[in-house]
Amino acid sequence: MGAIESKVSEPVSDESVLVNAARNGDVGAFEQLVRRYDRNVFRIAQHITQNREDAEDVVQDAFLKAFQNLGQFQGQSKFYTWLVRIAVNEALMRLRRRRPERTVSLDEDVKTEEDSIPREVADWSPNPEQLYSQAELKDILSKTIQGLSPGFRTVFVLRDVEALSTEETAEALNLSIPAVKSRLLRARLQLRERLNKYFKRRNGDSKQ
Amino acid sequence: MTCSEFLKELSDYLDNTTDQRIRAELEDHLHWCHNCYVVCNTTKRTIEIYRDSQLFELPDDLRNRLRTAIIGKCKQHKAKTDA
Repeated sequence: MGAIESKVSEPVSDESVLVNAARNGDVGAFEQLVRRYDRNVFRIAQHITQNREDAEDVVQDAFLKAFQNLGQFQGQSKFYTWLVRIAVNEALMRLRRRRPERTVSLDEDVKTEEDSIPREVADWSPNPEQLYSQAELKDILSKTIQGLSPGFRTVFVLRDVEALSTEETAEALNLSIPAVKSRLLRARLQLRERLNKYFKRRNGDSKQ
Repeated sequence: MTCSEFLKELSDYLDNTTDQRIRAELEDHLHWCHNCYVVCNTTKRTIEIYRDSQLFELPDDLRNRLRTAIIGKCKQHKAKTDA
């Protein structure tokens, strides 16, 4: 395996050494934690805020808050789950500031199941990603997830993009496990429905 | 199993967290219900496409700039609390 192993994240025991050192004021140890998770925090922040500047601010503020409050981190959860919780709160706060006219809350729930009932059932092209250039595809995915409510897209991003477990997602968002599961199902079905128009099988199955 | 019962279990099925009995029922449903088969398949693809999309990657120059700013602020905080 050798050199390739550097891509694999360090074991948790090593992480608790870093967290303890950082808690005692070792900024160098904290910098290693920043390097480990900054990409994830940025992705989560940008998904929630849908705004690059806000996402940059969230990354800075979330890590600074984490450093300032490490004394309160009990170590019962993973450091990353705790950090995600801070970052999600920071991101939602910025979203609220930017859209004061709309309620932004993780507690919001859709009144009916209607939004998640599949309306269009069409099979997709065998390789939908190949219908578009990389840039076009990113634009489609970004616009599509933006259409979801903040609560739904946050659950989807934590579970399906960042691969947190249902339990970790529930902890990071202060939601119950059934609430996470229900939002995840709806988010997945809504995204599927919205992606249909781009990816459904067409005659000849090639780019128009 | 009806289509709406299938839909309720879809997430757990895709996450492979259903017990074996329910899984067998879901797969039986998939054998004869083309609509649910398509919904299941395209939902699975939705998850995969987002997972593999590399959407919102942090560019190296911005990453360095953010880290420098974060560490600078942490040092300031430490200096204040040490004082």
